[in-house]
Amino acid sequence: MRGVSRRYGRRWALIDVSFTVPHGKVVMVAGRNGSGKSTLLRVLSTAIRPDLGTAKIEGFDLKHERDDVRRKVAILGHASYTYDELSAIENLQLMARLVGVDSSREAMLHLLNQVGLAERAEDSINTFSAGMRKRISLARVLLQKATVVMLDEPYGQLDPPGFRFIDGMVRHLRDEGVTLLMATHQLERASALCDLGIVLDRGRLTWEGAAKDLPSEGGLEPAGTPEGGP
Amino acid sequence: MRQLIAALRKEMLLQWRTRAQILAIFVFGATSLLLFSFAVGPNSTALRLHAAGFLWLALLLSSTLALAESFQLETEQKGLEGLLLLPASARAMYYAKAIANAFQLSILGIALVPVMVVLYDVSIENLFGVFGVIVLGAAGLSAPGTIYSAMASQARAKQTLLPLLLFPLVVPVLLASVKATSLLIAGDPMGQLKSWVTLVTSFDLIYWSLCGLVFGRVVED
Repeated sequence: MRGVSRRYGRRWALIDVSFTVPHGKVVMVAGRNGSGKSTLLRVLSTAIRPDLGTAKIEGFDLKHERDDVRRKVAILGHASYTYDELSAIENLQLMARLVGVDSSREAMLHLLNQVGLAERAEDSINTFSAGMRKRISLARVLLQKATVVMLDEPYGQLDPPGFRFIDGMVRHLRDEGVTLLMATHQLERASALCDLGIVLDRGRLTWEGAAKDLPSEGGLEPAGTPEGGP
Repeated sequence: MRQLIAALRKEMLLQWRTRAQILAIFVFGATSLLLFSFAVGPNSTALRLHAAGFLWLALLLSSTLALAESFQLETEQKGLEGLLLLPASARAMYYAKAIANAFQLSILGIALVPVMVVLYDVSIENLFGVFGVIVLGAAGLSAPGTIYSAMASQARAKQTLLPLLLFPLVVPVLLASVKATSLLIAGDPMGQLKSWVTLVTSFDLIYWSLCGLVFGRVVED
């Protein structure tokens, strides 16, 4: 991506961000709350458009080839992207039918088993805890078979077994050659999994390099309101 | 077509799961019909004369609740955004929701007919004709209603915004539906019914064609 900026109203959430991710690498996106991590991942997943700059994913332009990008990209975001009134299996079957992959009950149960929710397959999402919603979102990501996956605070709302589950999932996706971008505050944990790292501060890219060389605390200073523009 | 069927299935399932809400909207519509009869007073001739108009006003008011509710479910966990990111066709998502809304409003309108008959002492010559006009009119309300409820769901004053946007646009459909229903109730000695039904059908075609084209722009950032 080159010179990408995005604002909400008068506040710039991303300012002139440029970087390249080699195919198949796992990249940690670090930064304080409000530094622009989620905005960056939402821009890259085409959930929102950049106001300035250009970005390409696997050769497809984010602004003009959105459907092509969406076939390549999956995102685990803050929202679960599910329907509370539908059961776990109904939600997954809906998504599978839209994507055009096997939506059989067996395939969906296999997927739910992968994320540890097979026993709750018939329960409505509105009976799920926040951690379980995160797991159903992960099932959605796996269903898409994307080649680029964005994980926005994947450890959030999870218990310790959930942390290990995410670690295993990241390793599994990495082994399959999937490119991953992971925004997280779990810097030590993520450093062990990631090849590269970038740090955002007040919407600007302030550091990039090997994940193991990430400055302690991500080289972050106390938070503040983004000022100026691109 | 595969995406349309999958999305339509989702819409019907959601409507079934939230049927208590639909019942509440029906009670609202029936209460509106009752209040109109209070407004006119014990004048049975006037009530019969305006029965069709009152029926459609009740359905129009109820439709704002039903349409707003249909997008409330999409915004709770960003369900629609999630589907569009899969990627799913925005047009398929629109037509699925518009068809489901038209179905819901048709059922609502048909359910209000017995209430109208009892409250206004109306005898209907062609009951199935009235049901047919209700289906056509409901389609005319749901096509622009679905797109406006999508717009309003992203705004702060969503409860106020939807009727403000919707009511002026559906005046032709409402007018033609009232006239057609009135002729079916009171009789059609001058053979005017066909022209009013044609008018409703024409507006349905226009709304369903145009709204499907612009829905993507409304829901995408």
